[in-house]
Amino acid sequence: MREAMATLARLQARSKAVGQQYYFRNSVVDVFRKKENDAAVKIQSWFRGCRVRAYIRHLHRAAIIVQKWWRSYSSRQHYQLVVKLAYYTMKMNLYNEMAVRIQRRWRGYKIRKYCFDYFYLKEYLRAVTETNDAIRDALEEFAEMKEREEKKAALEREEKKRDYQARKMHYLLSTKQIPGIYNSPFRKDPDPWELRLQKAKPLTHQRPRVKQKHSISLTSWLACTSNRSFPRSEILPPINRKQCQGPFRDIAEVLEQRYKPLEPTLREAEPINELKEAREDLRRQEWIRNVNDNMFLPFSSYHKNEKYVPSMHSSSKYGPNSYGCQRFRDENPKKWICPKDFQTVLPSFDLFSKYGKLYSKAGQIV
Amino acid sequence: MSQRQVLQVFEQYQKARTHFVQMVAELATRPQNIETLQNAGVMSLLRPLLLDVVPTIQQTAALALGRLANYNDDLAEAVVKGDILPQLVYSLAEQNRFYKKAAAFVLRAVGKHSPQLAQAIVDCGALDTLVICLEDFDPGVKEAAAWALGYIARHNAELSQAVVDAGAVPLLVLCIQEPEVALKRIAASALSDISKHSPELAQTVVDAGAIAHLAQMILNPDAKLKRQILSALSQIAKHSVDLAEMVVEAEIFPVVLTCLKDKDEYVKKNASTLIREIAKHTPELSQLIVNAGGAAAVIDCIGSCKGNIRLPGIMMLGYVAAHSENLAMAVIISKGVPQLSLCLSEEPEDHIKAAAAWALGQIGRHTPEHARAVAVTNTLPVLLSLYMSTESSEDLQVKSKKAIKSILQKCTYLPALEPFLYDAPPNILKHVVGQFSKVLPHDSKARRLFVTSGGLKKVQEIKAEPGSLLQEYINSINNCYPEEIVRYYSPGYSETLLQRVDSYQPLAN
Repeated sequence: MREAMATLARLQARSKAVGQQYYFRNSVVDVFRKKENDAAVKIQSWFRGCRVRAYIRHLHRAAIIVQKWWRSYSSRQHYQLVVKLAYYTMKMNLYNEMAVRIQRRWRGYKIRKYCFDYFYLKEYLRAVTETNDAIRDALEEFAEMKEREEKKAALEREEKKRDYQARKMHYLLSTKQIPGIYNSPFRKDPDPWELRLQKAKPLTHQRPRVKQKHSISLTSWLACTSNRSFPRSEILPPINRKQCQGPFRDIAEVLEQRYKPLEPTLREAEPINELKEAREDLRRQEWIRNVNDNMFLPFSSYHKNEKYVPSMHSSSKYGPNSYGCQRFRDENPKKWICPKDFQTVLPSFDLFSKYGKLYSKAGQIV
Repeated sequence: MSQRQVLQVFEQYQKARTHFVQMVAELATRPQNIETLQNAGVMSLLRPLLLDVVPTIQQTAALALGRLANYNDDLAEAVVKGDILPQLVYSLAEQNRFYKKAAAFVLRAVGKHSPQLAQAIVDCGALDTLVICLEDFDPGVKEAAAWALGYIARHNAELSQAVVDAGAVPLLVLCIQEPEVALKRIAASALSDISKHSPELAQTVVDAGAIAHLAQMILNPDAKLKRQILSALSQIAKHSVDLAEMVVEAEIFPVVLTCLKDKDEYVKKNASTLIREIAKHTPELSQLIVNAGGAAAVIDCIGSCKGNIRLPGIMMLGYVAAHSENLAMAVIISKGVPQLSLCLSEEPEDHIKAAAAWALGQIGRHTPEHARAVAVTNTLPVLLSLYMSTESSEDLQVKSKKAIKSILQKCTYLPALEPFLYDAPPNILKHVVGQFSKVLPHDSKARRLFVTSGGLKKVQEIKAEPGSLLQEYINSINNCYPEEIVRYYSPGYSETLLQRVDSYQPLAN
């Protein structure tokens, strides 16, 4: 223990010097140590850095390769898509073009053939012009003909009038002794009236025409024969008639007796066998009228001896011709091939659904 | 002796009566005497003479009564009020033909004035007796009876129906077939009067088989008969398409076209009325008429008459052109448009001008071709002047305005449109400028012509509200030209140029 304490004291005394020595040694060496440490650190860090950098370079290369492959793959996909799209678009454009061509042809054809035929319209208008001209000519001719007829009729009337005048003035004809008015000696030729007068036949004396009165006057009632015109009531006798000389009866009585209405006896007026007589009368009338005296025989006895001739309609194996008897759209189920209706295999497309309804209505009136 | 004196008295009286009645009948033929006769109370004196013993006096009294009633409707009413009609009707059945003629004359004279008087005649049962008279042998009696029936049926549909119910129509059709021309005339006129009121009546007439006989007689040379026949056929055809088709099936075309060349004006008028009534129903019927050359015949007929006679022909062309553009083109190539524009300018009456304007509008409204055909004949300025003139009736103004509008909307013939720029009212100017704005962008020659004729200048001068349709049209026209030209022609350009001259400082050298 004392040695320890002595060591301790010695050490403690030496400690400061040790400490100073230690410190002095460390601080001097420290610089060298530091320098070497730094150098070592530098070398190590450099090496480590190189190592890491190499590693990183390696990683980079790997990453680049991966990225390169991935990018090429995805771009190729993209490119294929683009190409596909372009190809598809090109095809569709081609189809559209072709479809437009077809549609163009078809629409032109359809319109020209079904809806509006331009040339037919032109033809029609030309035909209308021709008809118009023909009608105009025909009507002109007709009007001219009428004019001519009228002129002719007027001329004839004039002629007749002049003729009648000449006949009336017949007495103005010139004679050998006395030249007439129209045949003056100072003229070279006689007036045309002169010639007319020569040709004309003189009129006969006019008999005084008694104007027939339609009404039944008193004086003519004696001549009445029909029942209607006979005045029914008592009529006055004509007073201007002179009483005839002689042993004649009073004329009123005579006429009364003459025109006395018949008063048949009852036996005559309504005879018993009136019906029989009427039948006789009728038979007599018919005998007068009828052309053929044979009785019109009824069909039943006529056909007792006749062979029956069937009509052509029922005797032919094809049946009666329905042309003209029935309508054209009648259905005759017996003539059908099979009982089922036609089935559509393909769906219909509305090619003609707008038939005649598009564009102008002009072509409809054809 | 005394018996003779007694009889002489009677004889004198009879002579006096006969003389009186004959003198009255003669005096009644002159209109100036009738007033005096009426004041002298002739009606009450004639009435007992109708029941006279002597047939002559009866007939002459009936004749005198007929002439008096014919003159005016007061006397006719006096005849009705005096209870003369039943007596007439009763004795019509029994007397001879002269009396029948005279009595039918009285009935006709009374029935022609008004529907009430005709109704009075029907009420006293005259129709049956008149129909019996139609079966008489004498053509004069038939004529008188048919005339009376015609006058009764003329007034309205009920009276016509009464005449038809009395069974007159088959007998009238028989009368038409008689050889006497006067009877045919009257029977045709009666059928025309019956069928004009309603389709059912026309159908009754057709069912009696009238059309065939009427159609046969179109060729008859008598002008008055042709008038009545054509009138009857047109009254039948006007009601419906079926009736018109039946009339056409009687093969009246092309014979009816010869009637359009007749000398008599009214035959022409009735023939064109008939064609018009047929043409107005459907396009097919119009087509049939055009195919038969009817358009040309009607146009010639229009050219050869004046005044009201032309009117049905003008309307027929309008109806034909209205149906479709092909028919309008057919009217154009038949040279209808120059004729119509002639009618438009030279007719004095407004309603005929209105009809011509309407017809031109119908022709020109279909396509630019049609509008060009109308515009080329220089009718548009005439139409415009009719529209603007204050003397035209309202109907004429309305029709000419519609015609102008419908033609302008399709017109691309610019030389005809240019005058419109100058004197048209604003509502029409809008359409004119619109047409220009449609045509100018596509046609370079037209643009040049537009500028040189001063149209561009005029367009610049038009004042329009911004945003209105007119302004849009003006803008589209201005867009067709380079800006300098537009500025050059804009109003007030010379002033702006001069202002620039004023404000210009020359460069100091």
